[in-house]
Amino acid sequence: MTPFDFGPFLLLSDKDNVLVARANAPEGLTVTLESGPTTLTRAIPMAHKIARRSIAEGDTILKYGMPIGIATAAIAAGEHVHIHNIRSAYTATISLQDADGVSAGVSL
Amino acid sequence: MIDAWLRADGRKGIRNTVVVAYLVECAHFVASEIVHRFRNTPFEGEVQLIGFPGCYPNEYAAQMMEKLCTHPNVGAVLFVSLGCESFDKVRVANAVDASARPVKTLVIQRAGGTRSTVQAGADWITQTLGQIAQGPRAPMGVNELIIGTVCGGSDGTSGISGNPAAGKAFDLLVAEGAACIFEETGELIGCEEIMAERAITPELGQILRESVHKAERYYATLGYGSFAAGNAAGGLSTIEEKSLGAYVKSGDSPISGLIKPGDIPPTGGLYLMDVVPDGEVRFGFPNISDNAEIVEMIASGAHMTLFVTGRGSVVGSAISPVIKICANPDTWRALSEDMDVNAGDIIEGRRSIPEVGQEIRDLVVAVAGGQQTKSEELGHREFILTYKSFEPIGPACLPSAA
Repeated sequence: MTPFDFGPFLLLSDKDNVLVARANAPEGLTVTLESGPTTLTRAIPMAHKIARRSIAEGDTILKYGMPIGIATAAIAAGEHVHIHNIRSAYTATISLQDADGVSAGVSL
Repeated sequence: MIDAWLRADGRKGIRNTVVVAYLVECAHFVASEIVHRFRNTPFEGEVQLIGFPGCYPNEYAAQMMEKLCTHPNVGAVLFVSLGCESFDKVRVANAVDASARPVKTLVIQRAGGTRSTVQAGADWITQTLGQIAQGPRAPMGVNELIIGTVCGGSDGTSGISGNPAAGKAFDLLVAEGAACIFEETGELIGCEEIMAERAITPELGQILRESVHKAERYYATLGYGSFAAGNAAGGLSTIEEKSLGAYVKSGDSPISGLIKPGDIPPTGGLYLMDVVPDGEVRFGFPNISDNAEIVEMIASGAHMTLFVTGRGSVVGSAISPVIKICANPDTWRALSEDMDVNAGDIIEGRRSIPEVGQEIRDLVVAVAGGQQTKSEELGHREFILTYKSFEPIGPACLPSAA
């Protein structure tokens, strides 16, 4: 029996240092990573990523077992991994107000 | 076997459409009024609008228009010209005439203006619809189909459900002898090495690698990757993350060749379409929206396009039907009237990737046999064609044609 409980998160390749949400994960949810239980400090929308383990600034982010970017800050295990803490090795990412996956991206 | 329309060049079509093509933006409204005359008639959907907006000449656009107007899904063509634009209307009409299709060119400046041009166009189409309905039919096998794939409105679900399922459908279709095209080299950035290993010759592998490097340079000059704001909202953080998700829709087959827009795959198999222009950066972004990519695959003979979406695109296309594969289960629930296949089942654990891949393959055959896709039923017939420039492909691009 696996000692980990990734809950709604999916490990796509054993090489990966991120997990992908296959459903919307609420703030406060506890998941058990290799480093132990961790509580989500914000909601993670479906298809967004969290760190599988702690990641140092400058580390390569691996998803599908392949590099998808470079950490621009230290990222704790269980933390949201997205445009605020990783960058492309190729071209900059364009985003709007809704990039956190939670904001509506519409205004009155 | 599929009951297809047999064209004079031996190619077979799965639809029998009349296209109305404006040759400059100044003729767009008149052309669209002609098409609107067939709304709420039995021919709604069979008379479709395409066109080129620019007044300045462009060899790419001229060749694309010829390829599109002689596509096997097209039965007849009406060109609408203002009269003073630079598009060579005689050359394109001659190309259609040589393909043995009914063709007519109306020049607004010589036809008496808006009202009389619309009337003349509608009259010609009414008479032509009856004529092309009598066109010859022939049985068509899956091995004669050309199928394109594109993803648009991608999110983090696209790469784990919709695109792998489309890739599985491609594997099934290639095994049956069909020609399958994937494209958008700007969304293969980061995948060039793994992709090159799948080429059937080392020379082709090098050409595939170079096509992605060209895309990388092109987008770097423009300052943006092929990445929309909604991709980030959907959980994608970088172009290489989007690319890896997009790449899997090519499936696992060996890559038989590299083509450019308008090149017809010479045999069955899997082909990469290089959509990024050659030479210095000119005319702006390679493809300004998803339909520009769909149109290029149609120019290369695609009978149909598999369109994978996560955020939820609702588009269809002129000339060739679009099958929409929804990767995200929440989007499926929100936009199910617009979606043909629910690949979100894979995310929610209800069906496997091979099961959804088989559903897509079976739907391809049904649509080829005449079944309407969701976007066809809703009347979607999007089309866009803009400026580009390409060098012709070399012999090493198509080893199987040698």
